[in-house]
Amino acid sequence: MSETQEKPALMTRPIPAPVVNVESQPFWDAAREGRFLIKRCVPCGKAHWYPRAICPFCMSGETVWEESPGEGVIYSYSVMHRSPTGPYAIGYVTLDEGPAVLTNFVGVAPDGLTIGQRVNVRFQDTEGGPPVPVFAPA
Amino acid sequence: MSIKGKAYIMGAYEHPLRDAPDKSTPQLHAECARGALEDAGLTKDDVDGFFCAGDAPGFGALSMIDYMGLKNVRHMDSTETGGSSYIVHVGHAAQAIAAGKCQVALITLAGRPRQQKGGGGRGGGGGEPAPEAGFENIYGGSTHNTYGMCAMRHMYEYGTTSEQLAWIKVAASHHAQWNEHAFLKNVVTVEEVVNSRMISDPLHLLDCCVVTDGGGALIVTSPEVARSLNRPKVKVMGAGEAPKGPRGGLDLDLTHSGAVWSGPRAFAEAGVTPADMKYASIYDSFTITVLMQLEDLGFCEKGQGGRFVADGNLISGVGKLPFNTDGGGLCNNHPTNRGGITKVIEAVRQLRGEAHPKVQVPNCDLAIAHGTGGSLGTRHGSATVILEREA
Ligand SMILES: [Zn+2]
Repeated sequence: MSETQEKPALMTRPIPAPVVNVESQPFWDAAREGRFLIKRCVPCGKAHWYPRAICPFCMSGETVWEESPGEGVIYSYSVMHRSPTGPYAIGYVTLDEGPAVLTNFVGVAPDGLTIGQRVNVRFQDTEGGPPVPVFAPA
Repeated sequence: MSIKGKAYIMGAYEHPLRDAPDKSTPQLHAECARGALEDAGLTKDDVDGFFCAGDAPGFGALSMIDYMGLKNVRHMDSTETGGSSYIVHVGHAAQAIAAGKCQVALITLAGRPRQQKGGGGRGGGGGEPAPEAGFENIYGGSTHNTYGMCAMRHMYEYGTTSEQLAWIKVAASHHAQWNEHAFLKNVVTVEEVVNSRMISDPLHLLDCCVVTDGGGALIVTSPEVARSLNRPKVKVMGAGEAPKGPRGGLDLDLTHSGAVWSGPRAFAEAGVTPADMKYASIYDSFTITVLMQLEDLGFCEKGQGGRFVADGNLISGVGKLPFNTDGGGLCNNHPTNRGGITKVIEAVRQLRGEAHPKVQVPNCDLAIAHGTGGSLGTRHGSATVILEREA
């Protein structure tokens, strides 16, 4: 018996242009160059997500952009089946630097995700805006 | 200053409609307000405090006070914490009454999500997008998949199963069969829940609440006003509120809700414990919402919620903790996608002995109403009130 297994389709999802403001502009400029930035606070040393000008831990205004390899593990996820563009996965990635990032998982089948799985960042084009970070199994 | 015993819920009204194509949203607010005032035996001219949240149209409190012709308002509050707003408002109304800022507080909720494509939803706010919008709103997050992430993580950490979650819907459906207004009146089984269509895993269609039009209103009064009215007195014993969020991404924990803070605050103020509760109204946007809140409020140990809800433990007359005896958001009513006010309304019915006889808890003298509003997975407000029947 040699039945050809039909491979489940890999998930993709059209992503709208993100809201960009003066505070987040450097992140999106870097994204256009394929670089993934996170914010770190100078006085308290902690990295945070989403990026802010004011540190959410100590309220210092001295926060700096830092390039991250964009690697981490899946904290949790859910595959949305009620979608006109096909199933898509939303989830949180705990970056190696510490903060958890909300994202979509791409390039993987709907049943191909597990909590604790290692993933890394890539950038996906959006409808008329800068590319946005998404994650795929490493 | 404690609010314990400083205020009473003397009026409660749940709009009977679940589909309201022929009514406007302000009309629904006003019909709920009128119903709650009639229930209390008061008139609109007695109202001197008005409370509403993001579902109120236009300028919120300002638009609704003018629409309803409330001319004696001297205290306003439109705190917006999603579906938990109205439970927050009970606590805030008690504070305002205790401080002498008003004597008769009116709280309203209403909306028509079934008439609006895409649902009503959060409302309120306006102006600039949320600060996190650029980094989060692009990923197709909805209540279904963010709550799905919570359920997925809870299952991973504690071994919670879909069958255990299903028991919550089963219990709600057992109660809803007696409620003539309930949106879903059919009793369902665990098998029917876990075999229903997958929406966003691990949440199935029957793990989700209903989407309904309609609304509700409450009247909270001072002790003096309460004594003057010919109604059973439901005393506000304690209230707690809390926000929860990812906190810079370093403190993300999808297995706990803000109930871990709002619950103990309310219990401490009331001077009672979860074990004292005869009845529990627990916000039920999804089955996982109920399970996490029961754990976080201390009805069982963290991670034991699945075992706690199984085998009918939430069914009135069958289990240890009767919950949502009107059928709750899962089966009865979840007006304007944020039905927190219905949690308080059914608690009031139970404490007055006015719940349906098939689900009325005997000698129900102490109850909890609790809600989570916003998004359980990301940012939410949590609110708890403890209510007591005064003999
Ligand atoms: Zn800092």
